[in-house]
Amino acid sequence: MRDVAIVSFASSAVPKDAVHNEVEMIVPTVRAAVASSGIPRSEIGFTCSGSLDYLQGGPFAFVMGLDGVGAWPPIRESHVEMDAAWALYEAWVAIQTGEVDSALVYGFGKSSLGDVHEIMTLQTDPYYLAPLWPSMVDMAALQACAYLEASGRGEKDLAAVAARAKGLTVEAVLGQPVTHPPLRDADIFPVTDGTAAVVLAADDLARSVCERPAWIRGIEHRIEAHGLGVRDLTASESTRLAAQAAGVGAGKVDVAELHAQFSHEELILADALGLGEATAINPSGGALASNPIMSAGLIRFGEVAKRIWTGEVDRGVAHATSGPCLQQNMVAVLEGSN
Amino acid sequence: MNAPSEASLLPPHHHVLEYPGGYTRSVGPVVGRFLTGLRDGRIEGVRLADGRVLVPPTEYDPTTSAAVAPQGDHWVTLGPAGRVQAFTWVAQPRRGKHPLDRPFAFALIRPDGADTSMLHAVDCGSPDAIVVGSRVAPRWRAERSGSVNDIEAWVPLGDGEEPDPAPLRVPEQDEQPVTGIVSPVRLEYEINAGEATARYLLGLAQGKIIGGRAPSSDYVYAASRGTDPMTGEPTSIEVEVHDTGVVTTFCVVNIPGLSELAPEIPYASAQILLDGADNTFFGLIRGVPVDEIRMGMRVKARWADELKPDHTSILWWEPTGEPDADYETYKGYL
Amino acid sequence: MAGNRVAVVGVGQTRHRSARKDVSIAGLVREAAVEALEDAGMDWPDIDAVVIGKAPDMFEGIAMPELYLADALGAVGKPMMRVHTAGSVGGSTSIVAAKLVAAGVHQRVLTVAYEKQSESNATWGLSVPMPFQPPLVAGAGGYFAPLIRAYMYRSGAPRHIGHLVAVKDRRAALRNPKAHLHLPDIDLQTVEESFLLWDPLRYLDTCPSSDGAMALVLGSEAVADAAPNPVAWVHGMAMRSEPTMFARRDQVNPQAGRDCAKDVYAQAGITDPRRDLDCAEVYVPFSWYEPMWLENLGFCAEGEGWKLTEQGATAPDGDIPWNPSGGVLSSNPIGASGMVRFGEAAQQVRGRAGDYQVELKTGKALGHAYGGGSQFFSMWVVGSDKP
Repeated sequence: MRDVAIVSFASSAVPKDAVHNEVEMIVPTVRAAVASSGIPRSEIGFTCSGSLDYLQGGPFAFVMGLDGVGAWPPIRESHVEMDAAWALYEAWVAIQTGEVDSALVYGFGKSSLGDVHEIMTLQTDPYYLAPLWPSMVDMAALQACAYLEASGRGEKDLAAVAARAKGLTVEAVLGQPVTHPPLRDADIFPVTDGTAAVVLAADDLARSVCERPAWIRGIEHRIEAHGLGVRDLTASESTRLAAQAAGVGAGKVDVAELHAQFSHEELILADALGLGEATAINPSGGALASNPIMSAGLIRFGEVAKRIWTGEVDRGVAHATSGPCLQQNMVAVLEGSN
Repeated sequence: MNAPSEASLLPPHHHVLEYPGGYTRSVGPVVGRFLTGLRDGRIEGVRLADGRVLVPPTEYDPTTSAAVAPQGDHWVTLGPAGRVQAFTWVAQPRRGKHPLDRPFAFALIRPDGADTSMLHAVDCGSPDAIVVGSRVAPRWRAERSGSVNDIEAWVPLGDGEEPDPAPLRVPEQDEQPVTGIVSPVRLEYEINAGEATARYLLGLAQGKIIGGRAPSSDYVYAASRGTDPMTGEPTSIEVEVHDTGVVTTFCVVNIPGLSELAPEIPYASAQILLDGADNTFFGLIRGVPVDEIRMGMRVKARWADELKPDHTSILWWEPTGEPDADYETYKGYL
Repeated sequence: MAGNRVAVVGVGQTRHRSARKDVSIAGLVREAAVEALEDAGMDWPDIDAVVIGKAPDMFEGIAMPELYLADALGAVGKPMMRVHTAGSVGGSTSIVAAKLVAAGVHQRVLTVAYEKQSESNATWGLSVPMPFQPPLVAGAGGYFAPLIRAYMYRSGAPRHIGHLVAVKDRRAALRNPKAHLHLPDIDLQTVEESFLLWDPLRYLDTCPSSDGAMALVLGSEAVADAAPNPVAWVHGMAMRSEPTMFARRDQVNPQAGRDCAKDVYAQAGITDPRRDLDCAEVYVPFSWYEPMWLENLGFCAEGEGWKLTEQGATAPDGDIPWNPSGGVLSSNPIGASGMVRFGEAAQQVRGRAGDYQVELKTGKALGHAYGGGSQFFSMWVVGSDKP
C-alpha cells in the first residue's frame, strides 16, 4: 500500500447561511485547502465530493458544486451521495491504484434549509419504518434509551459529554428540560450549514509539501443490518470491526475525533474503539458543537490531521458515521512521523 | 467568511418537494405477506436459520443474507402482546406523518414470541406511563389496508389484562394479498437565492441583465451563479449584459404539459448567446412561427409589464428583425 | 491501467421492464446480484465489499438507499458505498468497484446499479423545479434536442440518420431477452411516423423509462484465474468531468468525453478504436447520440459520424457493432444504464452474449456512460485476454 497523507484542511460552518448558495460556500473552502496544500490546483490528480440531494430538496446538488472547483480542463472527478469521509475513502483508493498521486476531497450541505431530522427519516426502510416517520432525533433517543438501560450509565454521563462539547457546565446541561427522553437540547447536534475540504497526497509528494504529513495508516468502514430492532443499538459493532481492521489498537491514541451527533453516541463509539483515559476525545468540539451534515465526517479527519501537523499529537483516530443510529461507521488511524 | 447574521438580498422561497399522489411501492412477497397479516389483524415473524424469530420479517436474513421464503413453517404468529425494549417521547408530533396527532411514545416493541423488536407508537398519555419492560398490546384500526399503520398505536396493558383482538374486517370482494403500499412523501424547505443569483434577479427587477466577470479570464457569465466554472474563482465583477442576442440552437417542443410555465404547443426552447456574454442559457422563443425559427436568429427579451426579482420578468425572447448572425460568430458557443 | 489486474468474473441483470410490480427494491437488486454471483461461482460470504450506484434519490423517495439495502446485498459486517454521478453513475460505480480490486484493497467486489423509477416518474424526478433557478420548460429531451440540431447543422447529416439508429438498436434488442423494449415491427417508417416530441427527436428516437438492476462481480487476477466462466479483463478505465456551462463550451462534442476516451484508449493500447475494438456499448439515450458519440469517441473524424451509421458500420453485422444489446434506447433504468453498458461490453468479450454475441477478432470492447449536461463521462475497455 502507498503512504497517503492529509496535507491540508479547511472548513466553514455557521448555523444558517442565508446569503450564499452552496457553490458560494464551497469556493472559499476549496481555495483555502488547495492553497495551503502547496500543490497547484491543476496538478491535483483526482477530485471527489460528498453531498446529499435531499438536504437541498432537489436532485443533482453535486453538479452545482462542481462549478466551485474549477473543472476545466476536464478533471478526474467522482461523487458519493454520502458524507465526504466516504469521498475521502474513494480518493484514497484512487491514489492506491497509482493512477494519481493527489486528490481534492470536499463536502457540503445546508442542513438549515429543510427539517433535517425529518429528511433523515427517508433513510429508513420504506415499508416498515418510513411510513411511521421516525425522525433522526426520535431514533437517536431510542438508541440513547437502550444504551443507558444496558450500560448502567445515566443522564450525568450524557451531560458530561454535552457540557464539554458545548462549553457548558454539567449543571447547566442538567438544568435543561428533557425534550426527547433521555436527550436534552445540549445532547443533540446544532443544525449547521457548512463545507469542508482536504487535500490528500502520496509518498514523496506529501513529504515535499508538508513538513509533518498526517499519514493515513489504516482506513476501514463497515455497515450493520438496517432494522433498528434487529441489531444491538447499545454497542457499535461496525465501529469495533472497522477499528480492529484499521489497527487502532496497535499503538497509543493521543486524540480521537468521533462523528457523534448525539452525546450518547460519543460514549458508544469510545467504548467500541476501546479508548482510554489517555485519549483526548473531540478537542474540536465534535459534531455536537458543529455539524455541517455531509462534511462533519470529513472534518473529523481534518481535525486530527491538523493536530498532527503541529506536533501536538503523534497518532490519532478519525471516525465518521452514516445512517440512523450509527448503522455504518468508518475508522481511520492517522499518524505523524518525522 | 460568511457572516451568519447577514440578511439575504432576497427573501427565501418556500419549496415543497412532493411526488404527487405518493410513491407507489411494490413490496414483494415477503413484505407483502407480513402486511397482509397486518390487514388481517395478525403480527407474523419468521424464524431464521440461527433460530431467532425476526419481526418485522425482512426479505433477507440480516446475518447470512439468505433469502427468506414467503411461505413455510418458519412463519410464526406473534403476540398478541409485547414488551417495550426502548422508548422515547414525542412531545410535538408531526401532523400527517407521525402515527398520532397527540404526544406519544415511539418505542421498540418485542412482540411475544419474537427475538427482535419493531418500531411503533405507544399511546400512553405521558412519558411517565411507560418504562423499559412495559407490557403493551396493539390497538388495531377498524379500517386496515395492509400497512404498518394498520396498528394505530400500541397501548399499555394493565396487570392481568388481556389484549383486545383486532376488530373484524370485512375483506373487499376478490381481495388479493397485499402487493404494494402508497407512500406520501412531502418535505418543505426555505431556500435562499445565493448572493450572485440574488443580484441577477434584482437586476431583472430593474430591467437589467446582470452578468459576472471572472477576474482572470475576463469571461462574462450572464446570470452567473457566482463563479467562473472553469476556474472556480468568484465572478466578482458585476457587468451589465445586453438584453439582445443570438439563438445559437433550439428545438421545437410538441409535448403538452411539461411545465406549468410552458405555453401552448408547439413552442421553441432555445440556447441564447447574449451580446456581451460568453455563455449561453435556455429561453423560450415566441413572436414568430416555430417553423421560421433558425440558428443565428437575433432576438431580444420581451420584458413583463411588471418587473419582479424573479424569472417572470423576462417573458420570452422574440426576433429583432435584424439579419441573422453569421455562423462563424457563434459556432464557438455551441 | 493503473494498479493490479482486475476482471469481471460475474454478470447479472434483471429483465428490464416499465414497472416491476412483483418485487420490492431489495428484490430488484437482489435478482441481478444473485445472477452475477452464480455466474462468478460465488456465494454471499465470498464478497469482500459492496458498491452500489443509482441516480437521484428522489426517483424512489429513499435517501441513501445503501442503508436499507445492506441486508439484501450481503453487506452486513462489510464495507459498502454508494456512488452518484448522475447518468454516468452505472459506469463510475463499476470503476469505483474495479479500483478497489486494482488497488489491492479487496479481492472480490460486488457492484450493483439500479433504478425503480416506476415508483414515481422519471420526468418528474429529473426536473424538480428549484427556487431561484431558471424554470425548466422543455424536459430532458429539450436539453439534448437543440444540441442534436447543432450537430446536424455542423455535420450536414441528413434528417433520417437518427431514425436508422432507432431501428438498429430495437432490432438488436429482439435478440436480448433482458431488454425492455421488444418491438418486432419497428422499421424506418414507423419511427418517422412516430410523434415528433422535440424537433428533431421523435418518440421512437428516445429511450424508454425502465425499472431494472445490473450487477457485476469484480475479481483480482487470482480470483479471475480460478473463475468457473470466462472473464473480462479490464484493460483501461477512466472518468472525466467538466462544468455544465462555461464560456465557449462545446456541448455537442464535449472535451471531457474526448479526453476520457483518449485516456482509456491509451491504457488499453487502442490506437484506432474502429479497428481495435470488436464492439462498443455506448450510452445513446437519444438516437442521434450515436453519430455524435462516434465522433466524440474517435471512431471517425469530426463530422463523419453520421456516415458510419448510414453505411451500417455500427449494425450488428457491421465492422464495429454499437449496442448489440439494444442499448439505452431499448432499456433505460437510469441509474443502472451505465453499468449495463459496462456489463454488456464484458459479456461480449467473455463470449457470453448469447444470441447477440458479436464475432470476436480483437477480443476487446468499449463500455461507455455519460450523464448530466453531457458533462460526466466514464468508460472502460475490457478484453478476453489479460492486459
